[in-house]
Amino acid sequence: MTTKAASESTEPTLGTDEQRALFARMVEIRSFEEAVQRMFAKGLVRGTTHLCQGQEAVAVGACAALREGDTMTCTYRGHGAVLAMGAPLDRAFGEILGRAGGLCNGKGGSMHLTDVSVGALGSFAIVGAHLPISVGAAFTAQQRGSGAVSVTFFGDGSTNIGTFHEAMNLAAVWRLPVIFLCENNLYGEYSPLATTTPVADLTIRASSYDMAASRVDGNDVIAVWEAVAAAAARARKGEGPTFIEALTYRFVGHSRSDPASYRPDGELDQWKKRDPIALFAERLIESGVADADEVAALRAGAEQSVAEAEERALSWPPPDLQSRLEDVYA
Amino acid sequence: MTEVTYRDALNEALAAELEADQDVVLIGEDVAAAGGVFKVTDGLLDRFGPERVRDTPISEQAIVGTVLGAAVTGLRPVAEVMFADFAGVCFDQIANQLPKYRYMTGGQVSVPVTLRLVNGASTGFGAQHSQAVENWFLGLPGLKICVPGTPADAYGLLRTAIRDDNPVLLFEHKALYMRKGPLDPGETVPLGRADVVRAGEDVTVVATQLMRERALQAADRLAEEGIRLEVIDPRSLVPFDLETVVRSVEKTANLLVVEEGPGSGGWGSTLVARIAEEAFEMLDAPPRLICTDETPTPFAAELEEAWLPSADAIVGGVRDLELVAA
Repeated sequence: MTTKAASESTEPTLGTDEQRALFARMVEIRSFEEAVQRMFAKGLVRGTTHLCQGQEAVAVGACAALREGDTMTCTYRGHGAVLAMGAPLDRAFGEILGRAGGLCNGKGGSMHLTDVSVGALGSFAIVGAHLPISVGAAFTAQQRGSGAVSVTFFGDGSTNIGTFHEAMNLAAVWRLPVIFLCENNLYGEYSPLATTTPVADLTIRASSYDMAASRVDGNDVIAVWEAVAAAAARARKGEGPTFIEALTYRFVGHSRSDPASYRPDGELDQWKKRDPIALFAERLIESGVADADEVAALRAGAEQSVAEAEERALSWPPPDLQSRLEDVYA
Repeated sequence: MTEVTYRDALNEALAAELEADQDVVLIGEDVAAAGGVFKVTDGLLDRFGPERVRDTPISEQAIVGTVLGAAVTGLRPVAEVMFADFAGVCFDQIANQLPKYRYMTGGQVSVPVTLRLVNGASTGFGAQHSQAVENWFLGLPGLKICVPGTPADAYGLLRTAIRDDNPVLLFEHKALYMRKGPLDPGETVPLGRADVVRAGEDVTVVATQLMRERALQAADRLAEEGIRLEVIDPRSLVPFDLETVVRSVEKTANLLVVEEGPGSGGWGSTLVARIAEEAFEMLDAPPRLICTDETPTPFAAELEEAWLPSADAIVGGVRDLELVAA
């Protein structure tokens, strides 16, 4: 997709088509997550599922700053990031539904959406486990001199687990092209950040690894894109890893068993006033990138794509039973 | 055919694969500048350079995660876990990530990772640096497990492990590092093929690594009395060459398994169970498992030696079997 062609000039900018594509992608992800929520309520999704409504700007802004050959790892709240890399909507639905045409042929599920063909190396269900795996992808890039970078998304809660520190340290010591993208949505599962973490500004964590760090408005897709594009440019020049803290908010609970009743009254309403999709729509109109009709058309087109993909995935059969014995070797 | 130590055989295998394939890299704690705390990687930094032979921080989770990420993006990495006991530090990466990645993604990736883990007792390192931990990983489909007991097997299995497109844990027994044996450079050993180390008619003894050595000592002693042991070294636990053991039991009608480690939940008790399932009617006596005490590894030399199955204990186990069978 054209939005992946990040400029490497000192002041990168996004063109009109690219910005429109980002907007459409954000709407697709919102619409996708709402569809998954409905499917779950109907009993079509097994286990649980972790949704990212409200955090779309982080995934879309960051992945738009990548180019072909770059890689991404993310958490079990990863539908948005995997779709932002360009994974097909229908096969993502198919995986969550456990259907034969799913991205992982129904062997992964919601928490493990993976599409290596677009650089989405995996969604990981053990908090923090994927950070060193992105370090490894960056190690390959450095070893081969490919110029590729590796982005790893994780939540504020991950900054308290050992792999976070081990991965940050190793990436810094080896000056690897990794972008550590912390989505600070204020809650680690059910617990407010302040009850689990002694620093409110998570970029402080990067300082002990002498790592470049920045803090951005995670509900501003352009701000995220700019921060990641700058970090990617540095990484490609051999200047090492960057930590980015994107401040955002999860509109829904941690998983489907969580009504998020621990949130103070009014907090959700305050954040909904800063809905990343609404903010970007206003910005597109104000800056003349698109008029209101065009924004509405982009929105309708994205929602239509999602609805069609959902319908296709629902029509797919369950996996062939013999497939459970495939992809094994020991 | 030259005589080399187990340690040098491993070093030669690493060098051969680093030489053969630019995508092979070696990382771990003190593997580069120091040449490894057991000197297995001595000289590799000079030969292959600091890009391909790298020291890491003391960060087992980062080490295993990094080789995993490198493997799924095209490298063929080898990592050393300085003491196999430290697998406990990075258990998530070994148990939840390595073996599941290919399966869980519906086969989108291959995971050519080799972990070298330094295993085993009898060298006085105490309970946290002496375990034979291969049994920790038996219940995890998706990991291949090698347990070489000779220089030739160490060399041949390590080369095969590195070339394998799937994750392999190769356990090097630290008590064997200075043992010498013949090596034919270039000779690889396939996984899943047991070695009938010594042919015999009376009792089948299955053992690996240090226990293989002791089983052979027991075989020598019993041979003087005319009792002929067939000693089988499976060499890899996953895949496991059950067929060779069954064929042997068909001949001997007796099975003794010797295992370094507690007997609960190990490959030895699994083997006994499988032979009971597959070859029960062939047995003259109940199959036996000789293993360590069900305790952590004690430190003092006398205690550690008493904890480990000895050649004497193996001789005693064979006598018990013979008595029942008679």
